[in-house]
Amino acid sequence: MADRIIAIILRIILGGAVLAALLLFSIGTAVAVATQGLGLGRLGVADWSAIRFTLWQACLSAGLSVTIAIPVARALARQNFLGRQALITLLGAPFILPVIVGVLGLLAVFGRAGWISDVLTWTGFAKLSIYGAPGVILAHVFFNLPLATRFLLQGWSAVPSERFRVVQSLAASPWAYFRLIEWPLLKSVVPGAFLLVFLLCLTSFAVALAVGGGPRGTTIELAIYQAFRLDFDLGKAASLALVQFTLCGVVAVMAFLVPLPQTDGLGLGRLPQRLDASGHRGVDFMWITISAAFLILPLGAILIRGLGHIASLPHQVFTASITSVLIALASTVVCISMALGLSLAFARRGQVARNLAEGMGILGLATSPLVVGTGIFLMIFPFAHPMTFALPITASVNAMMALPFALRVLMPAVRETYADYLTLRCSLNLTRWVWLHRILLPRLRRPLGFAAGLAAALSMGDLGVIALFADPDLQTLPLMLYRLMGAYRMDQAAAVAVVLVAQSLALFWMFDRGGRGYAGSP
Amino acid sequence: MATTAMADTPVLTVYTYDSFVSDWGPGPAVEAAFEANCGCDLQMIGAGDGAALLARLKLEGSRTDADIILGLDTNLTAAAAETGLFAPILMTANYNVPGGWTDPLFAPFDWGYFAFVKNAEIESPTNFRALADSDFKIVIQDPRSSTPGLGLLMWVKAAYGDDAAQIWADLSDNIVTVTAGWSEAYGMFLEGEADMVLSYTTSPAYHLIAEGDASKSYAVFDEGHYMQIEVAGKLASTDQSALADQFLQFMVSDVFQSIIPTTNWMFPAVTPIAGLPDGFPNALSAAQSLIFSPTEAAALRNVALTEWQTALSQ
Repeated sequence: MADRIIAIILRIILGGAVLAALLLFSIGTAVAVATQGLGLGRLGVADWSAIRFTLWQACLSAGLSVTIAIPVARALARQNFLGRQALITLLGAPFILPVIVGVLGLLAVFGRAGWISDVLTWTGFAKLSIYGAPGVILAHVFFNLPLATRFLLQGWSAVPSERFRVVQSLAASPWAYFRLIEWPLLKSVVPGAFLLVFLLCLTSFAVALAVGGGPRGTTIELAIYQAFRLDFDLGKAASLALVQFTLCGVVAVMAFLVPLPQTDGLGLGRLPQRLDASGHRGVDFMWITISAAFLILPLGAILIRGLGHIASLPHQVFTASITSVLIALASTVVCISMALGLSLAFARRGQVARNLAEGMGILGLATSPLVVGTGIFLMIFPFAHPMTFALPITASVNAMMALPFALRVLMPAVRETYADYLTLRCSLNLTRWVWLHRILLPRLRRPLGFAAGLAAALSMGDLGVIALFADPDLQTLPLMLYRLMGAYRMDQAAAVAVVLVAQSLALFWMFDRGGRGYAGSP
Repeated sequence: MATTAMADTPVLTVYTYDSFVSDWGPGPAVEAAFEANCGCDLQMIGAGDGAALLARLKLEGSRTDADIILGLDTNLTAAAAETGLFAPILMTANYNVPGGWTDPLFAPFDWGYFAFVKNAEIESPTNFRALADSDFKIVIQDPRSSTPGLGLLMWVKAAYGDDAAQIWADLSDNIVTVTAGWSEAYGMFLEGEADMVLSYTTSPAYHLIAEGDASKSYAVFDEGHYMQIEVAGKLASTDQSALADQFLQFMVSDVFQSIIPTTNWMFPAVTPIAGLPDGFPNALSAAQSLIFSPTEAAALRNVALTEWQTALSQ
């Protein structure tokens, strides 16, 4: 018994330590930032317009993503076709796709020198220009439309098939479908999906860095970076960081009140159950084709351009690869330990503790990497050269950024395992070893693998804090890609993009696969 | 690579802008020429574009590894001097820099005139007002990270004074994008992403001399062209003071200065004995040349930057 109490205390200490670390990371850095900030008076016209732009584009991006996702998800839920499963899987890809790669692909299709501009010029129209607001919003929709579609699709697949049959037998009018099935579904999923996408667009950095096109497309995150790296105005960076922290805080509180959609991606494979598929075939396939093309063309453009140039890449690509993988692995270990610590400590502790842990996850989601980076920089600066710590800082900030997603996968699994097996453990009086080895671990293996895969892939693609701290001689793959884009070596940039995506997917696959492989043989 | 012999070799670290150390820039030839005689390892590190160099230096303070900063210009020297991080330079040279040279902290290595580079066959606007009224698409650089970007601010300020803010407001729909550095902008122009790019009157000579391609020219502006004088300075925190002096002396030597015209595509600060290569443009007349003194430029920078940011963020 004493043994058990110690174990419980240990778990709580462990969970508490993780909580403390998280608080130090988010609130602590914010305090560091606040004490250095010179208040809002420090902010000029351009800063306020960056703040306005950030909110406006986040609203518009989230609105567009969710609105377009509604017919796309409806089409996917309604129609069965060859490649449906592949397309649904592909919808998960942008989430772990390095942002800078997506941007490169979008430029190849929508840029002034891109495919669509070529067609437009050929047919006598003006070229597209996506730098500035259009580019930022386009990229945000590219990344978040699939996410929103998956949320809605999950909503669709949670509708019991009886309900479809009832509606069908009652009236089968489109209005009945909408009123009895779709409206309740939208009501429960859309607010959360909107908030989540809004939050992701609020803290977006790499997109504005690459296609913001100057002051008119500057987000707060980018303004923080510029105050740092271009003006060396720490006071202004801190003031901006404070604004960003406040905005994210407000959205986080809202997110806490609205049920956020599940992100584990389970159950998406269920086949369509609606019985009115044939009547909507035309419209549905239009939406499916458009969204698939929007997703596949940019990625295809990079693959086509990049594959042939991999051999001509400078040798630095090896060092950059290794640096990226090391950061990703370190960040995965940190992230999974934190998520596991929190889950084990709080999953069973009743509503308050669970809310606390959930709140922590949302806090992580609402924490801006650049704010954390700014805070850490300010804390280190008086004592040492902050650039020296670029790698450990990047790894821990990346871990923190992936934590909310890891928590959402792990927490329910831990809770379920305890709910299902704790009585068994007590009644059979299983030893700790058997419990851990035979029951807990095998049951957690799959979510652990999936969460680790997410964490690793997210870290591989990160271009945030690293940009703040990077030396010219320090390179990660995303940074190298951005620098090649900067030198306008688009062929080589595309080749690095291919390498980067391959590595991200390989890491994700390895972890995810590792998790699955074990799950079959408990 | 690191043999014991090399471990004892003194290392001279030079922070410079990206295009200086690129494969086609002066970097490789300069490194080879200097290392042939110095018994040292010259490490030139590209740290973004010129103006980002100064921010980086402020970020690193006296902890910096750099011994020399090469690539600031006279729009930034007053702010650079104010950091107190630079040591006086000891050398002089027979400078051929318009307006002469007397700065105690910085030595010039080349100079040029800003201009919008375009395809030669295009009939282009002849001043900023006409450009703003036209549909011409341009790519410019961020004045906070790039010396050409800052030079453009000064150019508009020198030509239009208090009307500069209005000029920027009118120009904003001509600007495709604002890049962090010169290389990005020039690359975008070459890929057809814009009709004109902010660069130098000497840039078309690169295409003519290096590529035998006469298709590029620059738009002559009737307000005149703002000048850039690029400089280097020695950091007070250097642990290689003598070597740094030696490098600065080398910088104004005939070897270094002869490398400049056809790699950095600027006018050398000391005219090489062999003269300028065929196809290199002439200097503009004094009436066509605009430039603020370092103190004037420093005083104008914040006002001009705010005008620019305000106009372009609308």
